[in-house]
Amino acid sequence: MTPLTALLVRDMRIAVRVGGGALIGVLFFVVVVTLTPFAVGPDLALLKRIGPAILWLAALLASLLALDRLFASDHEDGSLDLILTGRAPLELVIAAKGLAHWLTTAVPLIVAAPLIGLLLDIEPPAQAGLVLTLLVGTPALTFVGIVGAAIAVILRRGGLLLAIIVLPLTVPILIFGVAAGNAAVAGPVPFGTPFTVLCALTLASLVIGPFAAAAALRLDIE
Amino acid sequence: MRVNAVNLACRRGGRDVFAGVSFQLARGEALAVTGRNGAGKSSLLRIIGGFLRPAGGRLWLEEGDPELSIAEQAHYLGHQDAVKPSLSVAENLRFWSAFFGADTHKVQDALELVGLGNIAALPAAYLSAGQRRRLSIARLLAVKRPIWLLDEPASTLDAAGRRRLTDFMQSHLAGGGLLLAATHGALGLNGVQELSLDRPAHAPIAETQQPAEAAP
Repeated sequence: MTPLTALLVRDMRIAVRVGGGALIGVLFFVVVVTLTPFAVGPDLALLKRIGPAILWLAALLASLLALDRLFASDHEDGSLDLILTGRAPLELVIAAKGLAHWLTTAVPLIVAAPLIGLLLDIEPPAQAGLVLTLLVGTPALTFVGIVGAAIAVILRRGGLLLAIIVLPLTVPILIFGVAAGNAAVAGPVPFGTPFTVLCALTLASLVIGPFAAAAALRLDIE
Repeated sequence: MRVNAVNLACRRGGRDVFAGVSFQLARGEALAVTGRNGAGKSSLLRIIGGFLRPAGGRLWLEEGDPELSIAEQAHYLGHQDAVKPSLSVAENLRFWSAFFGADTHKVQDALELVGLGNIAALPAAYLSAGQRRRLSIARLLAVKRPIWLLDEPASTLDAAGRRRLTDFMQSHLAGGGLLLAATHGALGLNGVQELSLDRPAHAPIAETQQPAEAAP
């Protein structure tokens, strides 16, 4: 096993075991979406119109929920020091941790989305488009959030800061994700236009996120 | 391979912890770093491990792998054991072994050596402090690296654990390894150099400032 696969497997194991953050995210997602029809009322037209926005909001908050622990737990128990003495480049280490977080937090949520989309009156053909936007957009959320998670480590107890630093950066992802979702559900904008921008945002964050997070963690070496 | 330090200085939180620390350490040699609480023993090890930047002085490696930093050729055994409670004992060690690019077949042998062989499948959450320390020490045995940086390695170990640790250190030195240990007690090794971080009363730093509390 290469160092990076070892790290990926270890992080996924920790996430799915007792005390890990994997199930909390998907549970939060399901709860928020399930409660929405009760809060809004049985107006199907309205639910359909706000459906993509609710799903995306819930997905965004759910994927950021466990993110502040991503480096903090390794920092507290000394694992981060040892990771720094490893020979794998820090940027790739961070990308592997981000991938593990996405696989354990976002993927279950994407799998659950079509099912609970029914509660928001989103029908199967439109659901496929909506799920596609989540599949493409959630990596961007993780890799933007990873920068905040790294900053939270160097600032100590930066849980609240994480929200303040990361949430503004997720706004473009949210806007284009919801726009693409709306296009898939209701039209009349072509689905491709916002979806392409969403893809671009994801690709950019996949590249920038690990480098920015690595720079932040290196700052910790005073 | 030789680790050289000349006039290393450390500042934490705006206070001088130590200054003018110099030493040379060649293959097969051990250095015991001593000093009272707050003298900067841990900070010195963290500087050598690359986790802290020295405020002054020079630190370099001779005849090591030029592509690798000191930290990448060193094992750091700090106060924290880097043990994940939700993974089993063997999984913890197997991860570090794979992450450091070593052969994971040695994991069970290393666990036997530190006396954890019979509880390899137990979740690490159930380990005592001494057993967690033994698990950390197993990492040094499972992955071969020439420099050992040990911060109070024996602090939570029982008498048998200390004896084993001394044996491990001895065979590491005999195999051409280097060893730096921060310690209050004796290491139980022969021919150990000692580096005291306690400043003599006339040292200039001591006159101007109270010694700073070294951060962990």
